[in-house]
Parts: sequence; structure tokens; C-alpha cells
Amino acid sequence: MEREFKNKEYKRIAQKFQPKRAILRNIIVSFLVGGFICSIGQLILNYFLIQGMPFKEASGLTSGIMVALGALLTGLGIYDELGKFAGAGSAIPITGFANSMVSPALEFKREGFVFGVGAKMFSIAGPVIVYGSISAIIVAWLSLLLK
Amino acid sequence: MLNGLVMAFLVGGIICAIAQLVMDLTCLPPGHIMVLTVMLGAVLGGFGIYDFLVKLGGAGATIPLTSFGNALTKGAILGIKQFGWIGAFKGVLQETSLGISVAIFMAWILALFFNPKG
Amino acid sequence: MAKNKAGQQTFVFAQKPFILSMAATVGPKEGAGPLADYFDVLLPDDILGEQSWEKAEKKMLLQTIRLALEKNELEEKEIDYLVAGDLLNQIITASFTARELAIPFLGIYGACSTMAESLALASCLIAGGFANKIVAASCSHNCTAERQYRGPTELGMQLTPTSQCTVTGAGAAVVSLQGSGPKIDCATIGKVIDLGIKDPSDMGTAMAPAAADTLLQHFADTGRKPDYYDLILTGDLATVGSNILKELMQKSGVPLGENYNDSGMMIFTKKQGVNAGGSGCGCISAVTCGYVYKKLLQGELKKVLIIGTGALLSPTSYQQKESIPGIAHAVSIEGGH
Repeated sequence: MEREFKNKEYKRIAQKFQPKRAILRNIIVSFLVGGFICSIGQLILNYFLIQGMPFKEASGLTSGIMVALGALLTGLGIYDELGKFAGAGSAIPITGFANSMVSPALEFKREGFVFGVGAKMFSIAGPVIVYGSISAIIVAWLSLLLK
Repeated sequence: MLNGLVMAFLVGGIICAIAQLVMDLTCLPPGHIMVLTVMLGAVLGGFGIYDFLVKLGGAGATIPLTSFGNALTKGAILGIKQFGWIGAFKGVLQETSLGISVAIFMAWILALFFNPKG
Repeated sequence: MAKNKAGQQTFVFAQKPFILSMAATVGPKEGAGPLADYFDVLLPDDILGEQSWEKAEKKMLLQTIRLALEKNELEEKEIDYLVAGDLLNQIITASFTARELAIPFLGIYGACSTMAESLALASCLIAGGFANKIVAASCSHNCTAERQYRGPTELGMQLTPTSQCTVTGAGAAVVSLQGSGPKIDCATIGKVIDLGIKDPSDMGTAMAPAAADTLLQHFADTGRKPDYYDLILTGDLATVGSNILKELMQKSGVPLGENYNDSGMMIFTKKQGVNAGGSGCGCISAVTCGYVYKKLLQGELKKVLIIGTGALLSPTSYQQKESIPGIAHAVSIEGGH
């Protein structure tokens, strides 16, 4: 009886039975959901621009509102359902960033407000801020050097 | 009021679609994709490329996480203009502080009133 | 040669321990699945009025163990030992449940293979003359497993087609030296097998080799063939892992037939959106203590081999880029009169 299987041989056998990701469907859904979320942002941005607000401020305020919206939808238990369906379409907009902070805050509140809510709210957003900041600092220095 | 809606939809949708493609091809977890996205935004922000995308797509460029990276770089550059190279540290978070502070505040308030539903 | 050992890895029991009773509890999603009628208790929600999911899971396990005792009008003080485990760090569900019971406790961890491991150990202690009555139990809860292994439950994360849904469920069995009814005939203890699979959302692929290894050893040790059993039931290989298992067994010259099934595939329907199927300690516990037990009592099944399959990873091991080791334990149960 042949019982010993090597890793490579096993992966080859296993691949035959692993369902493929529906890449095309995922891309289309991400495009539609991501586009839709950004359109909502555009409507909010337009409202502020019509009021005569300068673009930079209007854009900053819009982002703040979208963060609040993503946070609220997470609190209501809706954003995770969207995420299961939309993948990057809901994770990439800034509403997804809010979801990544609010969801662990809600989840770990049972472990207290200091080390539960306080510490865990950065468990997914932390790397985004860390790597974003480090990249930004290095890029900014490079742009200084190249001038 | 409906100005730029189509371009916002297209630009935002394409950015998300590209992220989804990378996620499905590399099998990286969503957290890693978010990190790569913000880093991409930071790099594009450094060479003025992201400004072009913002002019083109409006919210379609300012809403995705790439914009967060762009804002970090813009902040760092502003800090350098004011304080020299050490200003990068001072300025990096200034453009994103609104978003981060709102997220912190909302996360805390919502944790007070809501429970996870599972 | 140890007198109660067959071949390399199998316990044989000269005096086969009886299963006096089994009780199975499941959560709302499982209660909406195809095996709903076979479970004793269908829970109305995930939280059971408690402050946290962990507390709800303890309540579920405790109630299930008490129900198994009630079915035989047994009191806690008549039970010699509790052999139990679960998925959580430091097996807090089993330990804190044991805190509520006045029964000496042996906590065990086999990931999703825990029920099979606990039945095997309970049988050994009884057949070896170390105890008269033992409760073997195990459970899992979807939300406690999610927050420990994957991420916050409200996080919008897309699941891959190979991923599985952790079952909210518990099973408890009262195993005894004397009695009547179904008996535990023998048990094969598995080795840890790791063929380099690293994806924690594809556990079926990681565990299938361990299931194949244990099954092949079981047949070699007992001299039996797959058609000896009315049902060969794996714990939670689900659609991906069970297909791989069938292929591995075929390649090894011991093909599995129509009498093979998997708890992870039986406990949910495809429409319930669970991708590859169910998983967790509660999967095989609930299906064995509910469906299999009732079928044995009805005489529709006479000889069943349950194979608990476990993925022995932790979030730490995965983040340190380790692959996923699998383990499987097989327990043979025969129907009584």
C-alpha cells in the first residue's frame, strides 16, 4: 500500500479538487461596489463645493463623513455582509478603513475598554498607518533629494 | 450636484477592481492588500501622479485608501517645506488626522452602544 | 506486546464500553440545516442571554453534558471523570464547564478531532478498569472561533471557496463499563501529518492526509476493509478535503465507497452559503451524538467508524509562516439492542 506522499506530489493531487476563485465575478462586483461607494462620496463632495468650500477642505470633510458612515454601518452589523460579497470593493474605500477599526472595537469590548476597545481597534488599521507613514516619509525625503 | 459622478464611479471602481485582482491572484489576506494600497498611494503622491488622478476622478480618487497614502506623503512634504528633512516626521500625519481622529472617536462611541452581531 | 493493542496504533477493548446516552446541541444556522431533526436542542441564537460568546459556548456545553446525564437519570457524582476539550485558547470552554460540574476533569486538545480523541480515551480508561462511567464531550462556537482564529466578526472580509464555517454545536456522551446499547469497539490514534499546506482558509486540504493515514492504519491494524462499516464518517474535511481523501485512499489501494460521508458536508446545505462546508469540534460532536447515535438506536446503522479530523495550527504558527499539521483519530462504534 502506497502511503507516503511527498509535499509537492500532494499539492498536485489536492489542486484537482480545489475550487478556483471566481476572479472575473469578484472583479466586476468590486468595481461596482467600489464605484458606488465613491459616487456617494462624490455627491457629498459636490454638496460642499457648491457651498463654495475650497476643494481641499471639502475633500477632507467628505473623507471624514465617509469614515463616520462606514463606522455606523459596521455598528449596525451591515458592513460585514457587504464585505463578504464585495471583497476589495468594500475594503479599499475609506469606509473599509473605518470598518477595520470599528469591528475590532466592538468585538473586543468584552475584554474591557482599555485593552479591549483601546488596544484592539488598531489591530488591522495599525499596519496601514505604520506602512503608510513610513512609505510617505521615505518618499517625501526622496522628493527632497531629487529637487 | 451630479458633476463628476460618472468619473468618480469609474476611477473608484477601477482602483477597487485592481486591488481585487491582486488579492485573488496573490491569495494575500485583505489586511495585506490594504497595506499595499496605502503604500501605492504614498508613492504616487510623492511624484504628483496622484494629484492628476484626483483632478480626473474627484471622490473616485479621494475615497479609496490610496488617497490616505497620498495624504500622508503630502503631509510629510509640507512638513519638510516648513522644517527641513526632520519636518517629514512632524507633517506626515497632519493631512490624515481628521480621518484617523473621526475613526478613533466613532469606534469608541459605537463600542459603547453596539454589540457585534456575529 | 500490550494486550489491548492491535497492530501499530489501535486500542482494542476486550470488554467493550457502552454508550449509555449521547446528547447534541446546535446553533440556529445548524438548526436550519438538513440534520435539524436529529439534534436534541436547537438554540434560538448565538448569545443565549450571556455577556459574551465565550460564556454562551460554556452554557451550551454545560447544558449538553447535563442533558446526556438526564437521559439516563444519572447524577454528576455518579460520573468518575469528564474528558473534554474545545477550540479556544487554554480550552477555557471545557475547563470552565468542568468548574460547574463536580466531576474530576481531564482537559484535552485535538482541535476538531477532540470528540474522537475523548471517546477513545474514555473507552481506554473504562476498558482498562480505571473508571466505571465517563462523560466525553466537545464543542465549538462560530463566533468564538472567528474572533480567535480569523478576525472580528463585524469585519467585512471576503471568504474563499475553500473556507469552512465553524459549527456552533456541542456533543456529550456517557460511556460506561456496564449497560446496554451501542458499544465502542476499538479506536485508532492518529499521527500528526503535515504535507506543507499553509492556507488556514483551506483546512480540508491540510487535514485530508492525516485522515488517510489514520484510516489506512486502522484497516491494517484491524484487518478490516471499508465495506465492513455501514458508515465511515469524517469530521470536517468538507467538500474539498473529502474529495482529496477519496483520491488518496484510491491511490493507496483502499478505495472508499458509498458508505463514506463527512459531517461538515452533512450539517449544512449549499444554500446556507458555507463554501466548502462546516468545521469545528462541534461538527463531528453534534453529528455523532445526534444523527449517528439516533441511527444506531433505530438499527439503521450497525457499524460506524467516526474519524475526527483536526488542524493543529494557531494564529501564531500561521503568522510565523508554519504549515498546518493535521491529525485524525478513528473510533469504531457498533449498534446495540
